[in-house]
Amino acid sequence: MNKYNLNNSYKAVVIGGSAGSFQGIVKILSQLPKTFPLPIIMCLHRLKHVRNGFVEALSIKSVVQVTEPYDKEPIKKGGVYLAPSNYHMSVEIGHHFALSTEEMVNNSRPAIDITLATSAFVYRDKLIGILLSGANRDGGLGMKAIKDKGGLTIVQEPTECMIDTMPKAAMALTTIDYVMKVDQIVEFLKELDRQYK
Amino acid sequence: MIQDIDIADLKRITELIQSKYNYDFRNYAMSSFKRRILRMLDLKNMSIEALLKKLNEQPGFIEEFLDELTVNVTEMFRDPGFWRILRDEIIPSILLNHKQFKIWHAGCSSGEEVYSMAILLKEMGIFNDVQLVASDLDINILEKAKTGAYPVKNMELNEKNYIRFEGKRTLKDYYKEENGKAILDRELMRNITFRRHDLVLGEVFNKFDLILCRNVMIYFNQSLQNEVLKKFHESLFKYGYLAIGSKESLIWCDVANRFIVVNNEEKVYKKIKD
Repeated sequence: MNKYNLNNSYKAVVIGGSAGSFQGIVKILSQLPKTFPLPIIMCLHRLKHVRNGFVEALSIKSVVQVTEPYDKEPIKKGGVYLAPSNYHMSVEIGHHFALSTEEMVNNSRPAIDITLATSAFVYRDKLIGILLSGANRDGGLGMKAIKDKGGLTIVQEPTECMIDTMPKAAMALTTIDYVMKVDQIVEFLKELDRQYK
Repeated sequence: MIQDIDIADLKRITELIQSKYNYDFRNYAMSSFKRRILRMLDLKNMSIEALLKKLNEQPGFIEEFLDELTVNVTEMFRDPGFWRILRDEIIPSILLNHKQFKIWHAGCSSGEEVYSMAILLKEMGIFNDVQLVASDLDINILEKAKTGAYPVKNMELNEKNYIRFEGKRTLKDYYKEENGKAILDRELMRNITFRRHDLVLGEVFNKFDLILCRNVMIYFNQSLQNEVLKKFHESLFKYGYLAIGSKESLIWCDVANRFIVVNNEEKVYKKIKD
């Protein structure tokens, strides 16, 4: 049952989300195949001055340990990474992370646009971008960068989103390959996993 | 992010600045360096060619360029937990052996961190026993740091951090409001020496008991981080302390085995070997 016509050339999955995305993320991480072959790079809007708790909350149900990477930490296959609070998180050539305290972008730090666009620059057409529920427009330009480099774009079905501003902004800015409910995203990732076995 | 620039363009910029002005940005982290250049082009409504031309023909422009390039986003008492550990653990253990000591804020930007330190030392009653050195590459930001004046709107966040630091007073006791600016008490500046210093090409200039360099080396690539950390090691007395940002690590650098971790959460290290 290969619904999405996937192959095993992808190198990374990057996920953005804001208000209302937490449940979706938890669902994805809890149903992910244990040996998922690609790094999952997540940038989620979060409270700026609360450093602890979020990664632990995500890890409780996740099948894989979620980590907030250090600056210059290498990106590993199968690693699940979360942008730390109050830092922008970029992907660098050579497949490692770089953190920064630059100005907020779209009123956010971490900004989803930065994580998505730098991932697109490094992984080019070998990247899958997923944008979930959210109340601002952050992530739209990042999704456009992914599409412009030939990557694959997915947004959460707006009717399922608690707040649909974010996926709708991306849909207005670029071509979205799939509009999916969270359950379908899980199914999609499982099919992707099978391509690597 | 309207225009895009490629790595070759960035190289042309770093080569020009290197040969003409002797600043070495060749080992800066690529993604943020690129964003800084794009931001500058956007703010000045300029093309990459125009920027190169201006750098080439107007030597006075380099200071403005450095000011825009370096990231100058900071807070007073950023990461309050770090400041509590300084006050409750690190500085008391320095005081066990030294009545007077020296602190270096490397990459001090607009000065919020060194003034936070001055307030901390005042509240510990040891302000007069400590010499503070604050350095930065960017001469404009150093001038700003020396004035100790910040937009009043920034003070709300600074005050929140101060409360979580559990200071003895209120931050308002340390500044006056004038024309939308919060002007810090001149008294706080008394023991601070501001100096221009280039972490990349500059020499070791003194020895310290504590060095703070938080969220500065994240703008460098790993090999440059390694070089700078060697200089910090050399600039510390044996058993001196080094504090880096909470998401930075010494794991990958050559001098790692000459330090021990004193606090892993807040990334405070102690030099144990010369």
